[in-house]
Amino acid sequence: MQAQMKQVPRSRPANDSRIIVCWSCKGPVESGVLFCPVCEAVQPPGQLDHFSRLGLEVSFDVDQKMLDHRYFDLQRHLHPDRFATKTPRERVLSQSQATSLNRAYEVLKDDLGRADYLIHLQGTEVLPEGCCLVNDRKLLMESLELREALAKAKTAVEVDALARRAAGDIETCVGQLSSMFADDDLEGACRLTTRLKYFRKLAEETRQAKARVAGG
Amino acid sequence: MAALLQIHEPGETPRPDEGEPALAVGIDLGTTNSVVAVSRDGQPEILRDGDGKALVPSVVAYAADRSAVVGAAARHLLLDRPEDVIGSVKRLMGRGVKDMKSLAGALPFDIEPADEDATGMVRLNVSGHRLTPVEISAEILKALKQRAESHLGGKVERAVVTVPAYFDDAARAATKDAARLAGLEVLRLVNEPTAAALAYGLDKQAEGLYAVYDLGGGTFDISLLRLEKGVFQVLATGGDAALGGDDFDHAVAEHFLHQRGQRMGATKLTSCEAKMALMTARLAKECLTNQDEGDWVLDVNGEQTRHRLGRDELEALIAPLVERTVSLCRDVLEDAGLTADKIQGVVLVGGSTRVPLVRRRVGDIFGQAPLDDINPDEVVAAGAALQAEALTTGSDTLLLDVTPLSLGIETMGGLSEKIIHRNTPIPVAKAQEFTTYQDGQTAMSIHVVQGEREMVDQCRSLARFELDGIPPMTAGAARVRVTFSVDADGLLAVGATEATTGVEAHVEVKPSYGLGEEEMAKMLRDSMIHASQDMALRLLAEARVEAGRSLNAIAAALAADRDLLERGERAAIEKAMSRVDVAVKGDDRGAIDKAIEDLEAATLAFAERRMDRGIRAALRGVSVERLDDGGEDAEEGAA
Repeated sequence: MQAQMKQVPRSRPANDSRIIVCWSCKGPVESGVLFCPVCEAVQPPGQLDHFSRLGLEVSFDVDQKMLDHRYFDLQRHLHPDRFATKTPRERVLSQSQATSLNRAYEVLKDDLGRADYLIHLQGTEVLPEGCCLVNDRKLLMESLELREALAKAKTAVEVDALARRAAGDIETCVGQLSSMFADDDLEGACRLTTRLKYFRKLAEETRQAKARVAGG
Repeated sequence: MAALLQIHEPGETPRPDEGEPALAVGIDLGTTNSVVAVSRDGQPEILRDGDGKALVPSVVAYAADRSAVVGAAARHLLLDRPEDVIGSVKRLMGRGVKDMKSLAGALPFDIEPADEDATGMVRLNVSGHRLTPVEISAEILKALKQRAESHLGGKVERAVVTVPAYFDDAARAATKDAARLAGLEVLRLVNEPTAAALAYGLDKQAEGLYAVYDLGGGTFDISLLRLEKGVFQVLATGGDAALGGDDFDHAVAEHFLHQRGQRMGATKLTSCEAKMALMTARLAKECLTNQDEGDWVLDVNGEQTRHRLGRDELEALIAPLVERTVSLCRDVLEDAGLTADKIQGVVLVGGSTRVPLVRRRVGDIFGQAPLDDINPDEVVAAGAALQAEALTTGSDTLLLDVTPLSLGIETMGGLSEKIIHRNTPIPVAKAQEFTTYQDGQTAMSIHVVQGEREMVDQCRSLARFELDGIPPMTAGAARVRVTFSVDADGLLAVGATEATTGVEAHVEVKPSYGLGEEEMAKMLRDSMIHASQDMALRLLAEARVEAGRSLNAIAAALAADRDLLERGERAAIEKAMSRVDVAVKGDDRGAIDKAIEDLEAATLAFAERRMDRGIRAALRGVSVERLDDGGEDAEEGAA
């Protein structure tokens, strides 16, 4: 039994270790531990940031393979399918653990989600699209111009060119975001995140436009 | 790893007097046919009848006394007593009257006149009985349960039941209700394409990106999955819960009736004649899989007409339907951000994938010949059986599924505000804050819908939630936090709390197309199952599992911290433990609960000392775990 426990991946905050009561054996456990080290009962998900939950360094640069690996490994132990014949309490805890894990995975696997979240962790929020656009005249002009071009586009070739433009810009944004976060340039990161948001939306609109020109 | 899975927790160890632990089965409850399977040691076995047939036609015939015949026997009765026979009810699960599709103005179902619950789930009139699709499905499930019991020589009470991935919440809930009526506990609702991928992937050791194209009798699903070392991760799913082989039959029947109308003038069909016309159309469709053309006879109003149909004509009739599946495949690729060339293989599932046009078009979209080396009628049940085994005996495989439809709430102007987007991994939970718009307002109503459209009336209405018990405050001051969660079965639950006071608002669910709790309770009472006895047994089983959990926890705590107890104290705890052990062997749930309670009381002081030690260790900067691991050494060092 102990040998099995050793394989269980752990996600624990390094700095904030609080002692709480294990609901099952009533002994002490550190908050954030997935299973009680004594009785092995599944614990509540607790308040962990998404990176700690998946056992990753807080950074914009996340290795997707590593992320998937950690996520699968944790789900293997926490998913409700592992608790189908357990007590109702354990089933509920497993569902909330798996829910927290899914949430963390969804946020971190997406470049935009990760950027937004890192800024949130610094205590700032990226303003809704409209507000930021007004503050960034260059992006505002660019946005008006591209949107107009998309509305005018009549052929698949024209839409494709705009789609490529959006895809290229998204890639550039992601590359630059990585160095902004590495340099702790919060203001620059906010600006680029807004830009990324905008080009994501444009990419989505080119997809709809593609369907429109194909249909018409 | 395999050796570790053998370890039973104390409460779960099968006791000698119980014999073999009851097996859980996998059930594919289909529109046209259903299949039951069981898996042992990772080997799924399809359970067949005496003639070796796996498929149980999803057809039920009722007698005047309401007794039912299911399967092939019921289908034979369709010719003589069409008014007593009903099929394809899966299409009506969680549906309202306005969802029904008519044939030349006639429905192949005899619908009860819409009464007080016109928006509720449809009621059918079969053989003079007023029945819900849930009750009819329960008859099919009972027949499958019986087949499993006679094969396995014991009671079968737990099952994994599959549903189309694109089934909405109402249809899923209705399926679970039907199982309950049949006396089956649903361990998990698994999506059909995911179950197929599980059976296929484990069998072929497949890795990489796969598409599952599942065209059944009444539903279409397309799922994209990543298969990797025992993980089955659904990336995106799409489909149409009302598109299947039945619609091909409809197209052919409409064509025949149109020809007939031109020859003899239009006649209105009775619902029995509609059923027969659809059956003829289905025969034509099936024959044209291997045959280039044929003649069929329609019998309406006592007058027969002969109709010739070639495969080319059939393909022209069904092309628009097949093209709809093609466009749904493109959408789902787009949703997953993938192109067709990234897909390693396409698995065909469902009887309708036998239609040559379907195979050709699937080959076209994915640029490769589809895989069909596992029987498309049986692969879903095989996957369900594998998952049933995994859930009951443990497993290394992992199914990670997603929610197929976005979940939204109605906002100002009839717009749907999406709260949980489609293709989000489940289980998932999202919270949303609402406020009051009137001073002293203590209740509010929230309308939950499912679907991708902007307007609420173009989405599917799931339920209206009435929240009350909100503390009276000035308008806009209350902050009601509503949590929407979708569990691993894909079922929605809603909870609400007023954030400033922490008062929990009461949530009452009014399912738009489901059965209310009261109605369900009545059906359970009326059914053959003795609901109360059933419930008592379930509670007893739960008490035993809880006792096992409790004994296990205390035994582990004793092993870790026994030095905290005097000999006498330890003896008292062990005595309380053996009392739980004794109670578990009996059938008295009250005695088990009492013994667990006594055990908790007996260990109270012990728990306090363990907490003290843990906190002291933490203050000294030693991790609790280190202390536990090296507990003995530490004690020796101190001595």
